[in-house]
Amino acid sequence: MALALQTYATVKDANAALKAAGTRYLGGGTLVVRAANEGDVSVSGLIRSTEPSLSTIAVAGDKVRIGASVTMAAIAHHPDLDALAKAARAVGGPAIRNMATVGGNLFAPAPYGDFAVALLALDATISTDDGDTPIETFLANRDGSRAIVTSVSFTLPKADSFRFLKVSRVKPKGVSVLSIASVLERSPDGTVSSARIALGCMADRPMRAIAAEKALTGRSLTKDSIAPALAAARDGTSPITDPIASAWYRNEVLPVHLGRLLLA
Amino acid sequence: MAKVPVQFTLNGSDKAEFVDSGTTLLHALRDKIGDTSPKGGCHQGTCGACSVIIDGELRLSCLTLAETCNGATISTTSGLSESGVLHPLQRAFLDTFATQCGFCTPGMIMAAKVLLDHTPNPSRDEVVEALSGNICRCTGYEPIIQAVLTAARSNSQNAA
Repeated sequence: MALALQTYATVKDANAALKAAGTRYLGGGTLVVRAANEGDVSVSGLIRSTEPSLSTIAVAGDKVRIGASVTMAAIAHHPDLDALAKAARAVGGPAIRNMATVGGNLFAPAPYGDFAVALLALDATISTDDGDTPIETFLANRDGSRAIVTSVSFTLPKADSFRFLKVSRVKPKGVSVLSIASVLERSPDGTVSSARIALGCMADRPMRAIAAEKALTGRSLTKDSIAPALAAARDGTSPITDPIASAWYRNEVLPVHLGRLLLA
Repeated sequence: MAKVPVQFTLNGSDKAEFVDSGTTLLHALRDKIGDTSPKGGCHQGTCGACSVIIDGELRLSCLTLAETCNGATISTTSGLSESGVLHPLQRAFLDTFATQCGFCTPGMIMAAKVLLDHTPNPSRDEVVEALSGNICRCTGYEPIIQAVLTAARSNSQNAA
């Protein structure tokens, strides 16, 4: 099925064109062209912008701004983004990573969107021409979002405080059973002073494990000490069921994998 | 629907065509230009059979719109042999029985070519990683991995 593609030099003009019914924004094509190929007749026109700022990565100290059109491969290879390389490499195979964009990953339905899980743990800010939005709010409202995402910004995590785990049945690459990202700040005595844990595939979009975060705060990262956090990990989850795993299975194995991540 | 012009270099030759806006590169290559080496498998970005190299990067032609490739340099498996002599990867796939039905082979070979272009002597793990977006349902992965390693050895011997 052929679709009319309109290309604009600026995000502003692309945003105006995106107001037309049936239009979708084209990033790397791994979501929207896939949908069209699958016969999604709600897509009748594609809009894209070639504004250069969409494709740039800016790192100033510990502040990072990644343009929405930046690919997973570009993040994985960026010398200042080592901490995120594992999460970027978790997305697809090499060809997909050369195409899939940061902006698109924010809209990827479970079981996809592993990088957005990392961004949620990092408490990223999502920017559009309409302003900035915390990622949690953005993800909650993404189905009705029409403004083109221009960039994501976040503070680089301190050394070793960011952890990421993707669980898949096929090695080395496969669709997620689940993914977990965490940012754990530690006190000098080794106890967790603050925790931010994000889960993928445990709802239709990335979600925080808020009960587990609370249960982990003030605890050390030992098997006994993290037990309350693991017991609380399933709080509020509503996992997807798909050919990879059932909702029941995902809930059963979540504490196991969260435990492995925390004790790694 | 209005036709749009697309112009790119395919395997060293300039190509120009008019396609419907929104036409995938896979469709343009196979049905307009006549290069049937990229295969249409899943059309979902899952199988890798349509893999081509665009400006040095492995891409999926089923998810790439042709008009976004204006001015690009594109390589497909059909352009690998020179004067009837198979590329070392093609030779290795034949010699190590790494192709059975052959449907995944062009995508596998393009994924392997990008790897060897950047990493002439890859480890087995690097080969597995490079092929991780390409699915084979009949040959089995082991002969394919061995073919890529064989081609790498062949290249390094020829360079020595």
